[in-house]
Amino acid sequence: MTYFPEEVVERIFDFLATHRDRNAVSTVCKTWYRVERLSRRSVFVGNCYAVRPERVVARYPRLRSLTVKGKPHFADFNLVPHDWGGFALPWIEAAARGCPGLEELRLKRMIVFDESLELLARSFPNFKVLVLISCEGFSTDGLAAIATYCRVLRELDLQENEMEDRGPQWLSCFPDSCTSLVSLNFACLKGEVNAVSLERLVARCPNLRTLRLNRAVSVDTLSKILARAPHLVDLGTGSFTIDHRAEAYHKLINNFIKCKSLRSLSGFWDATPRCLPAVYPICGNLTGLNLSYAPAIQGADLIKLIRQCSKLQRLWVLDCIGDKGLAVVANTCKELQELRVFPSDVYGEGIAAVTEEGLVAVSSGCPKLISLLYFCHQMTNAALITVAKNCPQFTRFRLCILDPGKPDPVTNQPLDEGFGAIVQSCKDLRRLSLSGHLTDQVFLYIGMYAERLEMLSIAFAGDSDKGMVYVLNGCKNLRKLEIRDSPFGDAALLEDVGKYETMRSLWMSSCDVTLGGCKTLAAKMPRLNVEVINEMDESDELEENPSDLHRVEKMYVYRTVAGPRNDAPDFVWTL
Amino acid sequence: MQKRVMEEDFRKGEGRPQLLHLIPNERDWMVKEVGGGGKCFGVSKEKKLELRLGLPGGEDWSAVNDKREEHPVEPALSLGHYSKVSKTTGSNPSSVGAKRGFLDTVESKTEVFQQQQQHQPGFLQLQAKGKELSQKTNGRAEQQSLEKKASGSPVAHGSAAAPCGDAAGANNSSQTSRTATTPVVGWPPIRSFRRNLASTSKPSLESWNGGSETAVKFENGRKGLFVKINMDGIPIGRKVDLKAYDSYEKLALAVDELFQGLLAAQRDPLTAGIQKNPEEKQAITGLLDGSGEYTLVYEDDEGDTMLVGDVPWGMFVSTAKRLRVLKSSELSATSLGAVSRKRTAT
Repeated sequence: MTYFPEEVVERIFDFLATHRDRNAVSTVCKTWYRVERLSRRSVFVGNCYAVRPERVVARYPRLRSLTVKGKPHFADFNLVPHDWGGFALPWIEAAARGCPGLEELRLKRMIVFDESLELLARSFPNFKVLVLISCEGFSTDGLAAIATYCRVLRELDLQENEMEDRGPQWLSCFPDSCTSLVSLNFACLKGEVNAVSLERLVARCPNLRTLRLNRAVSVDTLSKILARAPHLVDLGTGSFTIDHRAEAYHKLINNFIKCKSLRSLSGFWDATPRCLPAVYPICGNLTGLNLSYAPAIQGADLIKLIRQCSKLQRLWVLDCIGDKGLAVVANTCKELQELRVFPSDVYGEGIAAVTEEGLVAVSSGCPKLISLLYFCHQMTNAALITVAKNCPQFTRFRLCILDPGKPDPVTNQPLDEGFGAIVQSCKDLRRLSLSGHLTDQVFLYIGMYAERLEMLSIAFAGDSDKGMVYVLNGCKNLRKLEIRDSPFGDAALLEDVGKYETMRSLWMSSCDVTLGGCKTLAAKMPRLNVEVINEMDESDELEENPSDLHRVEKMYVYRTVAGPRNDAPDFVWTL
Repeated sequence: MQKRVMEEDFRKGEGRPQLLHLIPNERDWMVKEVGGGGKCFGVSKEKKLELRLGLPGGEDWSAVNDKREEHPVEPALSLGHYSKVSKTTGSNPSSVGAKRGFLDTVESKTEVFQQQQQHQPGFLQLQAKGKELSQKTNGRAEQQSLEKKASGSPVAHGSAAAPCGDAAGANNSSQTSRTATTPVVGWPPIRSFRRNLASTSKPSLESWNGGSETAVKFENGRKGLFVKINMDGIPIGRKVDLKAYDSYEKLALAVDELFQGLLAAQRDPLTAGIQKNPEEKQAITGLLDGSGEYTLVYEDDEGDTMLVGDVPWGMFVSTAKRLRVLKSSELSATSLGAVSRKRTAT
C-alpha cells in the first residue's frame, strides 16, 4: 500500500465508515497518519477534557464536522453542579482559527454562551448544521445570531436545552434569502415565536423535512404550517389542544391527510383524548411516535391510537399506557425496535401503571426490539428471564424500578438472576442500566457475560468491593461506568488502575471511596484526571485539608492527554 | 453445514461451558430455558469465556463451582447483603432475625419456584397499595404473610417470605415511608422537564375526561380557576373553582352545598354551630331558571352582569370574573337591564 500515491490511499480511506477504523489506520505508519489526518472530515470527541481543542484542530485542518460532549451523563439528573465545566467556547475559538471550512457542530451537555454562538455564526461561511443537546448557557439572542449569519444553514436542532427566552424575534432573523432549511427543532424553547414569521419561513424552505415546534405554537398555526409543508417527514406539534367540534379541527384533519410523507410525530403537549383522532389518517405510515408529553392521554385512548400504527419502529409513551396498552403494542407493532416508557407519577403511590407484565408482552410480541428504557414500579426475575429469552438481540437495556433497591415482589429475591439472564442472553448488549435490589452476584454475571458492554449505570446496588471488581475485570469493552449510592470503596477503585485508561470515564457518587483512595489513583495514573467534586453546603468538615479518610461525595475520573484542566471551578479538585 | 453441526453439539451439551452451572441447582429450569432456546451463539465464543475468567483473587472455576454446590440456594454474598440492610436500618434484632429466617427460606424457596412454574403468575395481584408484599395463593404463604402483617415489626417470625421480606421489608418499610418523605436526589433518573410535566397536569384530568371541550388555553386549566362568589344576605363570600365542574348543573349543586349551611345559620342563629340536621336545611334550588328564591348571576370580563346559563359553558368559564347569588326578586330592579342589553347584542 505504501507504493500507492497518497491520493489513492485517501480514496481507500474514504470507505472507512467508523471513527474507530479511521483512528486505527492512522497508527499504521507516518504516511498513513498524514493521509488520514488531512482527509479526515469528521471527528468525535467523547469527552471535551480528554484532549485540547487546539490539538484536534491542528491535527485535522480539513475538518467539516465536529461532535463534542461535555458533562458526565449523571448531569442529566442534577448530580453534577451546573458550573462544573464543559464550555463550548474554546472549541469554537479553536475551530474558528484552524478549520474555517467547518460545516457541522454537534454539542452535548456543554455550556454554550451567546457569544460562542455568535462567534460560530460569523466564523464559518459554509456552516450548515448545528445540533445542541442538553446544553445550557445561551438564549434566543444566540439563536438570532445563528439565524442571521449562517447563510446556508440546513439544520438547527435544539434538543432538551435549558435556554433563556429573550423574545420571539430570533425566528424573524432568518433572512428572506434563507431557503435552505431541512430541519428545524425548537421544541425545548419556552417562549413564544412569531407565528407569521414561522409560517413564512416554512413556506420558503421547500426542502424542510423535520419541524419540531414548541409548546407555545398553537394548533391553528400548526394547521397552517401543515398546509404549506405537506412534505414534512418528522413533525413535532406544538400545543395540541383544539375544540373537536370546531371547524378548525376539520381543517386540521384535512391538512394532516395531505401529509403523505409524515413518518414521525412528537410534541402533543396538552393533548386531550378528543384531539387525537386528528392524526388517525396518517397513523398507518408512522414509524416514530412520541406521546410522552401528553399525560392526559390515558390507556384506552392510547390503545385506540396505537392499534392503527402497525409500522411503528420507535415508541415513546408514559406509563399510563398500562400493561394492557403494552399488550396492544405487542400485538400491533411488529416492527418495533425502540420502546421508552416514562413514569407519569413519580412520587405518588398511585396505581402501578406498568409492571413486568407489560414488558414481557412486548418482548414476546415484538421480535425486532433492540432498545428499551422502562420505568416501572416492580419487576420479577421470572419476567426478566422470559424477556431475555424472547429478545436476545437487545443492544440497549435500561430498566428503572422506581423504588430504589426493591426486590422481586413475588420471591423477595434480588434481581440478580433476572439481569444475569439478560446479559447472558443478549450478546450484543452495549448499554445497560440496573435497578432494584441487587447483590454482588449480578456484577459477577455482568463481568462474565457482558462482553460487548460499553456503558453501565449502577444505582443502589451491590454489597461489597467485589461487585465493582467483577465488572472492571470482566467487561473488556467498557467505556463508561457510572455508579451512585453503592458500597464500593477504595479497594475496588484501586484494584486495576490501568483499566481506566481503556475507558472514557468513571463516575462514582455517594459510594465509599475516600479522598486518600482518589489521591492514590491520581498518583499512580498521571494520564487520568481524578476530579473530586465538593459542594460545600452543609458539611463544615470539608474545609481546608480534609482528612484522607474522608469519604468523597462525587468523583469523576477520565483519561486525558490534555493534563488537568484549567477551567475547573473552586469546588472541583483535580488531584 | 458447519453451523448446524455446532448447533447440535451445543444442544448435546458438549460445547456448553461450566458457566451455566453457576446458576444454583434449583434453577435448572432457567438453564433449560436459555440453553434450549435453540439459538446458537457459537461454541467458540463460549469456550473463550471459559478461558478468560478473571475473578478477583485468581480463583478458578472449580473453586467457584464448589462454592455453588455448598450453598445451593443463595450464595454467601446474600447473607452479607442482609447484614448490610440491618446496618442501614440500624436495628440489631432484624439482622439476627434475618439470618435465622434465611434458613427458612431455603425450604420455602423451592415451593415458590414450583408455584411459579405451575401457575401463570398473576402479576396484577401484586399491585397492592402501600407496596405490601403479596403472596401467591398458597395457604402457608398467606398465613405467613398475615403473620407478618400482624407482627408489624421488622423482626422475622420465620415466615416464608418474611425474612427476606423483613430484611427487605425493613427496607420496604423505609421505602414506603420514603415516598412520604423527601425523594432521593436525582432519582428516578429522568430529566427535570419530565418531572414537572406529570405533576402539573394531573389535577385537571378529572375535568377533562367526559367534560365538554373548551377553547380555553390549557395553561389556565391546570391551575384551577377560582372566582369569588357572594350570596345576598351573607356577609362572607366564598370561592369556587370553575375548572372543577363541567356543566351548569354541577356548578349549581356546588353553590347549593356551599351556602346551604350558612343560609340556615343566618335564619336561625341559635342553631348555628350545632351539629347539622340535614332535614332542617333547605336546598337552594332553581338557581339557573329563575324559579327559585335565588338566582345565580355572574360578572363577565366586560363588567356586565349576566345570567348564569346564558352562554355555552366553555365561554362562561373563560369570561366569568365573579359570581353572585341574588334574590330573584332583586333581579328585575338593576341588573336585568344589563342582561337584556347583552342578550340583544349577541
